[in-house]
Amino acid sequence: MSGSFRRLISSRSTAVLLASLGAGTMATGVLLNENSSLAAEAKKKLYPPSSDYPDLRKHNNCMASALTPAVYAKLRDKVTPNNWTLDQCIQTGVDNPGHPFIKTVGCVAGDEESYEVFAELFDPVIKDRHNGYDPRTMKHPTDLDASKITHGIFDENYVLSSRVRTGRSIRGLSLPPACSRAERREVERVAVTALAGLKGDLAGHYYSLGDMTEKEQQQLIDDHFLFDKPVSPLLTCAFMARDWPDARGIWHNNDKTFLIWINEEDHTRVISMEKGGNMKRVFERFCSGLKQVEHLIQERGWEFMWNERLGYILTCPSNLGTGLRAGVHVRLPKLSKDPRFSKILNNLRLQKRGTGGVDTAATGDTFDISNLDRLGKSEVELVQLVVNGVNYLIECEKKLEKGQDIQVPPPLTQFKK
Amino acid sequence: MPFGNTHNQMKLKYSSEQEYPDLSKHNNHMAKVLTAAIYERLRSKETPSGFTLDDVIQTGVDNPGHPFIMTVGCVAGDEETYEVFKELLDPVIEARHGGYKPQDKHKTDLKSENLKGGDDLDPNYVLSSRVRTGRSIRGFCLPPHCSRGERRAVEKLSVEALDSLSGDLKGKYYALKNMTEAEQQQLIDDHFLFDKPVSPLLLASGMARDWPDARGIWHNNNKTFLVWVNEEDHLRVISMQKGGNMREVFSRFCTGLTKIETLFKERGHAFMWNEHLGYILTCPSNLGTGLRAGVHVKLPNMSKHAKFEEVLKKLRLQKRGTGGVDTAAVGGVFDISNADRLGFSEVELVQMVVDGVKLLVDMEKRLEKGQSIDDLMPAQK
Repeated sequence: MSGSFRRLISSRSTAVLLASLGAGTMATGVLLNENSSLAAEAKKKLYPPSSDYPDLRKHNNCMASALTPAVYAKLRDKVTPNNWTLDQCIQTGVDNPGHPFIKTVGCVAGDEESYEVFAELFDPVIKDRHNGYDPRTMKHPTDLDASKITHGIFDENYVLSSRVRTGRSIRGLSLPPACSRAERREVERVAVTALAGLKGDLAGHYYSLGDMTEKEQQQLIDDHFLFDKPVSPLLTCAFMARDWPDARGIWHNNDKTFLIWINEEDHTRVISMEKGGNMKRVFERFCSGLKQVEHLIQERGWEFMWNERLGYILTCPSNLGTGLRAGVHVRLPKLSKDPRFSKILNNLRLQKRGTGGVDTAATGDTFDISNLDRLGKSEVELVQLVVNGVNYLIECEKKLEKGQDIQVPPPLTQFKK
Repeated sequence: MPFGNTHNQMKLKYSSEQEYPDLSKHNNHMAKVLTAAIYERLRSKETPSGFTLDDVIQTGVDNPGHPFIMTVGCVAGDEETYEVFKELLDPVIEARHGGYKPQDKHKTDLKSENLKGGDDLDPNYVLSSRVRTGRSIRGFCLPPHCSRGERRAVEKLSVEALDSLSGDLKGKYYALKNMTEAEQQQLIDDHFLFDKPVSPLLLASGMARDWPDARGIWHNNNKTFLVWVNEEDHLRVISMQKGGNMREVFSRFCTGLTKIETLFKERGHAFMWNEHLGYILTCPSNLGTGLRAGVHVKLPNMSKHAKFEEVLKKLRLQKRGTGGVDTAAVGGVFDISNADRLGFSEVELVQMVVDGVKLLVDMEKRLEKGQSIDDLMPAQK
């Protein structure tokens, strides 16, 4: 493009004129880039960060607590190497003010680099959400050696099922809020190719959401494997449901004990589960499966997003570290009615949910009990914590059955310093 | 998203084929027009404010549509969208607006005195009359794309302009985020309050971001002239009253709009408009006049008649339920309005509604008496 052309690029109408001349895709693309950056610069001056700062006065989420006008001003005009912006990270938190009792996170990462480029926001959010974990000074331990678990088999008179889940992101591809269709399809391709290499008790089959037959769909529903297009505004406002159901799917092994979700809230969600109380075996399969999948993608030159500060990188800051939720469905008819139940759970660093998962209520006396924490403790530590905790809860239930009294255990410590 | 969409540049490292959306199960205008070849030619373009092809089409990709109802499936993020992406939008406009061609000119006529009659629709049947349109303020991005700063600037400008209206147009602004419970209830009772959109068609385009920041409702003290700020468009302007005096409704509509336009111009701002597309709005379906003139009318017999749909079609009218778009009729009362927006002037469209509703009421009266309506059947307008 000659100098005279560049001097012409001084107004919007000029750019429009040039674009409509259809002066060749590449040339138009270049012109628009230059003009876009001129227009963008002009716009930044016209709208200083203070004019764009969101109104967070009625908000109760981690992002709203951390995003001061000063932090916003500093970060607004930055972009990650994939050109993801702060406004895109925080949109979900702006659109969802939160609940007085439940503090949601309120921001997501669009790529691995979001956590660095926007560290001034994400670090305090991480600290807030993960019990004071400081990514600037602390290291997160990763440990997938399932042999270390002790007492990992529960009394099946109480524990109906055991499950461990986590997420994994493929390094080099943007995360679900930000990814283009091509990137999302690439995630699917990389994951499905790797999973096709699993053998033995892990051999399985992939069901693409867009292509599955009615019969397959019904089977997946009956198995409680099928995931749907997200309806939660926390997720839809974070742009995760774009292009649904393109490149989304479910893989599971023939035994139906190892399951992977592709391109839902994260690149992959990995789930190991069984009926009954053999949490140790569930975790063994979990670790073995994860290691094999990692090996299979590495053979093709890919790897998982991971670093020393934050462990495994996932879309939502709440899932950093291990991304691990290990839980059981357990019957606790007497204990759940004891006024000390919540305190006991809290001290054991456990959380209760309904048997429909997050944001559901318990039916009858059966609860989903799982670890509260994700970051700052390793996978082995967290699973052992759940094992110890659930065993303790069952002890309490048995005592109450016999008319004996129970004790609230002392609170567990946070991080190993 | 605001400051240029450099994210789009990153996508260009993938081939067009890799990025092209799967539209095999889709039934909307965008999906019918957007071939892989067009996608390839347009994907590297962006408007000066950084709105890209993927931004235009996201709502249509996310909402495959309905076998019976053809939605538009694309939106504009700014005025230039309609130029930069004309290869996609011209055929969409042509399909949606009855064959309107790229070289056609649209006529604007807001002189309400040019309307013939319209003051005598039978109030025993016509319960209420309403005219609405939209306006966009040149120089600001549209709801799918605007930043919070821009949206607030649109609100500020609009409220300043509206606050200087006088006489029977004098009124007050109620910001959505500041209104009291009492104010909110009043606005609901008056049927004025708009809510955060729930339709996935709107949500998927990014219009509901930052709700309720910079959104609000202005209305005159008489409650006959109402402006929505920053809902699906910068401004939605509504004139309404009970009964069948559409003439008065339209007269107030034109007066009010013209006054508002003058007030904006005094402050150095024009409405988005051009000779070919008329008034520029977010959804291609609202181009031209952006005008929907309608009545709530009792047609319990007519609506059950086998030829009801045919008559509406000939009159270039459309029926909706009394809750507005996508609702069902209650108790034989229908919302009847013009089907067209572009290629006809405001006066022409309101004339069609006035004449058409008059005929429908005549037909209803005949059917009430058990008489035939065959001799009243209209020709295709």
